[in-house]
Amino acid sequence: MFLSSFRVLRVTLALAAASVALPALAQSTEPVKVGFLSTLSGPGAGLGVDIRDGFQLAVKLAGNKLGGRPAELIIADDQASPDVGRQTADRLVKRDKVDFMTGVVFSNVMLAVGAPTFASQTYYVSANAGPSQYAGEQCNPYFFSASWQNDNLHEAAGQVVTEKGFKRVALIAPNYPAGKDAITGFKRFYKGEVASEALPALNQLNFGTEIAQLRASKADAVYIFLPGGMGINFIKQFVAAGLSKDMILFGPGFSGDEDVIKAVGEPMLGMFNTSQWGHDLPNAANKRFVAEFEKEYGRLPSLYAAQGYDAAQLIDAAVRDSKGKLSDKAAVRKALQAAKFDSVRGSFKFNKNQFPVQDYYLRVITKDAKGRVTNRTMGTVLKSHADAYAGSCKMPV
Amino acid sequence: MNAILLLEQALNGLQFGLMLFLLAAGLTLVFGIMDMINLAHGSLYMVGAYLIASITTATGNYGLGLLFGVLGAAAFGALLELSVLRRLYTRDHLSQVLGTFAILLICNETVRLIWGPQPIALSTPDWLSGPVQIFEGFYYAAFSLFIIAMGSAVALAMYLAITRTRLGMQVRAGAANRDMAMVMGVDVQKLFTAVFAVGAGLCGLAGGLLGPVMAVQVGMGESILIMAFVVIVIGGIGSVRGAFLGALFVGILDTAGRTFIPLLFSQLMSAEAAANAAPAVASILIYLLMATVLFFKPRGLFPTHG
Repeated sequence: MFLSSFRVLRVTLALAAASVALPALAQSTEPVKVGFLSTLSGPGAGLGVDIRDGFQLAVKLAGNKLGGRPAELIIADDQASPDVGRQTADRLVKRDKVDFMTGVVFSNVMLAVGAPTFASQTYYVSANAGPSQYAGEQCNPYFFSASWQNDNLHEAAGQVVTEKGFKRVALIAPNYPAGKDAITGFKRFYKGEVASEALPALNQLNFGTEIAQLRASKADAVYIFLPGGMGINFIKQFVAAGLSKDMILFGPGFSGDEDVIKAVGEPMLGMFNTSQWGHDLPNAANKRFVAEFEKEYGRLPSLYAAQGYDAAQLIDAAVRDSKGKLSDKAAVRKALQAAKFDSVRGSFKFNKNQFPVQDYYLRVITKDAKGRVTNRTMGTVLKSHADAYAGSCKMPV
Repeated sequence: MNAILLLEQALNGLQFGLMLFLLAAGLTLVFGIMDMINLAHGSLYMVGAYLIASITTATGNYGLGLLFGVLGAAAFGALLELSVLRRLYTRDHLSQVLGTFAILLICNETVRLIWGPQPIALSTPDWLSGPVQIFEGFYYAAFSLFIIAMGSAVALAMYLAITRTRLGMQVRAGAANRDMAMVMGVDVQKLFTAVFAVGAGLCGLAGGLLGPVMAVQVGMGESILIMAFVVIVIGGIGSVRGAFLGALFVGILDTAGRTFIPLLFSQLMSAEAAANAAPAVASILIYLLMATVLFFKPRGLFPTHG
């Protein structure tokens, strides 16, 4: 009885709305659907959870709206598997007919998710993965990176390691697309000798073999790109094996942010890492983000959370500036390219391959005023830096 | 290439081998004595690791966590045997595979419900988290040495229990000829439950020891279960001695492959090709070994008699 009268009420309301309202008004109450496909289980889950929390915070602060329209977030787990990712993306764009896709953490999953997403002319706004493939020859009008291109943080780290005068550096990165981008990016700016190079499997967790090789390599520094649980395990084992006495550890922000610090703790003190963002960046948008994030989740945000927050803000701006006409693909793209929002990283703009041109900072892990082990931003390493692949991108205008 | 690298990799191989033995010991007995294929063996490893991690977090004491987690895993194993597995002994292998696979899935989902989909924290205790200087210029992780010590102690205890005790004699008799053992008055029902509980406890111990090195997460048992099957096939099904030597063999071969094949390949081909090919070849090495053993000695290197 209750149910049926409720239905009648809904139908009546809908009829009333249709009869009196202008089409634009009807459109503005229709929800914006976002397919949030991310890694929410396994060793990389911490990354996906941070991106999700950042994204949801931005939506919540906008009154559960994106661009003034109600936001509907469909959250799915890709289990860090390209196969699962591709199938789920297919479902999200075909059955759920989402307006935007976002959330993927790992680049191998991203490369699998790209094809069905672009084929259905759905805009993908990356909150993390920025594979070199999509920055260069395979660049696509439907792919926007709200984060960076994979090489970028490693390029900044290569610059830092060179400036600090290290001559023999050992490199470790997982054997998957972003791992290869990491090594390429680091070497592009590092001028010394590579003492050894190891490519363990993605999500390998025991680094006994790599640590023995490191010890034998007699490197003076080691650069690791080991995201999520990999980095946590590596740093613990690196310290436990006594190697931290002999060589200095460097990483990108991925290997030196809150997720790793929380698990490893004090042994992280003094580690240098590079990032496009830091929780102490002094802009107003960032101050608000960090304060609200701490209030909501009771922990400091990581760079992943910042990227999720910015991805949501970018989608918000695109819906708003395309006047809610999401079927007008050209208008949405123009609004995305303009990126009219206050990014927590400070100002940035999109390059012609739709990857950001932005600053990269050096951070060091120290104790803050409250005694927490966390990052402090030291200074800018690369200013208004663009990725190396934009030149080979022939983006249709 | 130097002596320290060799020594460190030998220790790594030994550590990995001993952990494989903890998993393989229970599996080989269950397979050998009860003629039962138990795919849920890896779930016992996972449940043990989760229990140890939870108790360690709650009490703040890794030793207590290890003790009660192992007991909990053994109790869980015994319960599983009494309630479900007992009914599968007389069925064919297909029913056993299907039944235990169902248990594996149920365990995974239950753990996901209780502890969530993300890995949970299990850290090494402070007194074991640092390096130990073995000699001038060579440090090794204290926790790895602890794993080796625990593994060796369990292996020795297993050896004594199997060769010197009445229960051990019955286990050996059961593995060699089950029907004859029953005729001679061995209470196989009780024996099976006991063997299963001990096997489950060893799995739990392996989970608690490897948890801090790897990760305590849903599905952690599956990949290592395959290695344990390789070990018991190489060692000879039903033989604890075979499981021990097979486990050490596989552990050392796997570690050596991961170290030396990349070095070898980088001499033979371009760096990029070597980086792609070497890990793949290194990871199939133990399966090649298994195929070779099966070809020349189908009953394994150290078969039980009967």
